[in-house]
Amino acid sequence: MADQHHDTPMLDELENGPWPSFISGIKRLRDKHDDTRINGMANDLLGQLEHSYETRKGYWKGGTVSVFGYGSGIIPRFSEVGSSFPESKEFHTLRVQPPAGNYYTTDMLRQLGDSWEKWGSGLVTFHGQTGNIMFIGTSTENTQHFFDEINEYGWDLGGAGPCVRTGMSCVGAARCEMSGLDEMKIHRTLLNNFTDDVHRPALPYKFKFKVSGCGNDCMNSIERSDFAIIGTWRDDMKVDQEEVKKFVARKGREYVIDNVITRCPTKALSLKDDDTMDVDNRNCVRCMHCMNVMVKALSPGDDQGATILIGGKRTLKIGDLMGTVVVPFMKLETEEDYEKLTEMAEETIDFWAENGLEHERCGEMVERIGLVNFLEGVGIEVDPNMVNDPRQSSYVRMDGWDEEAEKWFNRKAEEKAAS
Amino acid sequence: MAQDHRPPIESGCPDGFQYMHPVMRKNYGDWDYHEHPRPGVLLHVAKNGDQIWTVRAGTQRILDVFTLRTLCDIGDKFADGYVRFTIRSNIEYMVADEAKVQPMIDALEAEGFVVGGTKNSVAMISHTQGWLHCDIPGTDASGVVKAMMDELIDEFKENNMPNRVHITTSCCQINCGGQGDIAINVQHTKPPKINHDLVSNVCERPSVVARCPVAAIRPALVNGKPSLEVDEKKCICCGACFPPCPPMQINDAEHSKLAVWVGGNHSNARGKPTFQKLVAAGIPNNPPRWPEATAIVKRILRAYKEDARDWERINDWVERVGWPRFFELTGLPFTKFHIDNWRGARRSLNSSTHIRF
Ligand code: HEM
Ligand code: SF4
Ligand code: SF4
Ligand code: SF4
Ligand code: SF4
Repeated sequence: MADQHHDTPMLDELENGPWPSFISGIKRLRDKHDDTRINGMANDLLGQLEHSYETRKGYWKGGTVSVFGYGSGIIPRFSEVGSSFPESKEFHTLRVQPPAGNYYTTDMLRQLGDSWEKWGSGLVTFHGQTGNIMFIGTSTENTQHFFDEINEYGWDLGGAGPCVRTGMSCVGAARCEMSGLDEMKIHRTLLNNFTDDVHRPALPYKFKFKVSGCGNDCMNSIERSDFAIIGTWRDDMKVDQEEVKKFVARKGREYVIDNVITRCPTKALSLKDDDTMDVDNRNCVRCMHCMNVMVKALSPGDDQGATILIGGKRTLKIGDLMGTVVVPFMKLETEEDYEKLTEMAEETIDFWAENGLEHERCGEMVERIGLVNFLEGVGIEVDPNMVNDPRQSSYVRMDGWDEEAEKWFNRKAEEKAAS
Repeated sequence: MAQDHRPPIESGCPDGFQYMHPVMRKNYGDWDYHEHPRPGVLLHVAKNGDQIWTVRAGTQRILDVFTLRTLCDIGDKFADGYVRFTIRSNIEYMVADEAKVQPMIDALEAEGFVVGGTKNSVAMISHTQGWLHCDIPGTDASGVVKAMMDELIDEFKENNMPNRVHITTSCCQINCGGQGDIAINVQHTKPPKINHDLVSNVCERPSVVARCPVAAIRPALVNGKPSLEVDEKKCICCGACFPPCPPMQINDAEHSKLAVWVGGNHSNARGKPTFQKLVAAGIPNNPPRWPEATAIVKRILRAYKEDARDWERINDWVERVGWPRFFELTGLPFTKFHIDNWRGARRSLNSSTHIRF
């Protein structure tokens, strides 16, 4: 039992105000939990956190902890001030992979909560920005026990370190009319194909898959994943002219012109005198704006598939990078399509594993070697959709021009013959 | 010994259909449109007319098991035992029956949760670990977020913004929190302090040297022992050397400051996705409530709310009115630090006579 509560005058301040307080939650574990292991841990955790607030410094250091058979999935934490706060001196986090889309039954949440109460601190986050359920705070020994228990009923660890990380997917097809993909299937097909690379860190650095069902990109896939799969369509957007008229009648022409027509980035829309809408589909870039505003009247087309972008990441080490389009459109319907997607992911990871420097994200490697070398390495043909603009610098050798031009014409001829 | 251990079941990512609300399972891929009956509530209608109501609530994100069980109780009582979580750690309850919506909202609010976070609200701040768990944090993201959400709670509960606002926080420059319409990140302002006695034991020197983005680190002999030195003129104080070499202490009670960035937008709607840009720095890292940072965020939100047009995200708004006007409207100073000097900086310089007066 934690006989002596650490004083936490600064943390107490975070119990004021209307937003729910995580400090009150940790205090509940300290004061109301009947397991002395848990309330002792909560007490010392609060003590160390208060110490951080006083001194404005963190006191955790890493180490190596993993469960038997894996090299990854645990974020080890040892306290640097463990002699003052012994009961939370080991405070490791387990990263557990959620289902794509983050669905749970309350029964399952309770079961996970019970196991975590048995073996851990009783603190959990749904979910970290990498996509995992984070079970925060347990000892080295209990890490294994907790994993064994939840692994028996269907849960597995995600990645940490230089490996394939847990993926993320938007709610998509399960509830969103914008979705052009089966996000769940893509997510599970890809992630579960790389399970070995999730559990055993052997890559240059982290590698993330994220899936968004449309260009609204609710999962931040383009900015925050090495391999982004974004739903799109290539036939015409669907327009329900009766609903357009109703919308115009309700909101007025000025609203529609100011908020829909003139906001289209490619000027593909016009409002007719009879209050119907005209769409220049060849110039629509599937940005989603007009559909977000006129939800009932406008919808994505039927010939759906994915755009794939490679190499998004955050700051370290060469600054933020967005993903780059490498596949403008890919059908994802048949098992064969899915195999093609998986193969492409395998090629990408293999090429990067061979050519990436230590601690170099895939996007940084592409930046270093150039997109063309990457494309040749993984066997993808160039496409004008990959660039905002063609080259500006004239300092380049172009002695292979004729062969390359011929390749293009041959490809175009093949595509024409096939269609 | 190895034999005593149970081998893991490498099941990977679980199948979510088993946990999905039956109406969502039934209409997977067949949704028609949605409506937004009130803040915090969504109504989705399937092509066959089926309806599902979603109630979204903000929580303290780091949940203790008691709170988790309270959330489960509400789910059992009103939502047939099905829940999901959003990318910003809000909980969502789905029901097929409209009559359950209001009682569920009442139950959530009675337990202190906050219903909102949909459409044109200031959504829950997505954040990282901070002092509670990371090994390199300059501040406590959870604390900053709690203090800030206390002040932004009305914006979470209502839909008064021109478009949605996503705020993120990160407790170091690595920026795990990601891009946001407004991002509050720690910015180190002094080079690492090196504890030379420890370097040779703890750090793999070549990999630390390789980690530095500006090649400011050199191997050196200090007091006859192999160590590292930093060219302080070159160092941009990113902290990347700290994780592989903790004796290169980057966090500093005084000199780790907060900085605010705006205009990160991950969506493709209207423009292409954009990265966030620096607007304010040198903000004291002032626990437990970080009032200076919150004041700046509120100032930016006020200017945006007053000046932006419907559907403009912060980046759309700034693009329309221009950065000089942004600094004028927010009253924030423009300094030499706002001018990018990283590779490719010219892209961000104005080479036109496009100037607003
Ligand atoms: C050794 C120290 C590190 C620790 C303990 C750590 C921990 C974490 C954690 C816990 C998250 C999830 C955040 C949350 O939601 O709470 C995260 C996400 C992330 N981390 Fe780190 N991190 C570390 C280093 C780095 C480094 C060196 C980078 C450099 C690129 C990095 C980049 C990211 C990114 C980009 C995300 C967000 C990923 C996403 O959106 O999927 N982290 N990190
Ligand atoms: S990314 Fe598109 S499909 Fe997915 S939830 Fe967002 S709007 Fe819906
Ligand atoms: S989706 Fe975007 S690009 Fe296409 S018509 Fe609508 S607003 Fe224009
Ligand atoms: S932003 Fe920095 S301090 Fe915060 S969790 Fe990420 S690596 Fe750790
Ligand atoms: S703080 Fe960053 S720039 Fe400075 S020495 Fe370390 S890695 Fe290099």
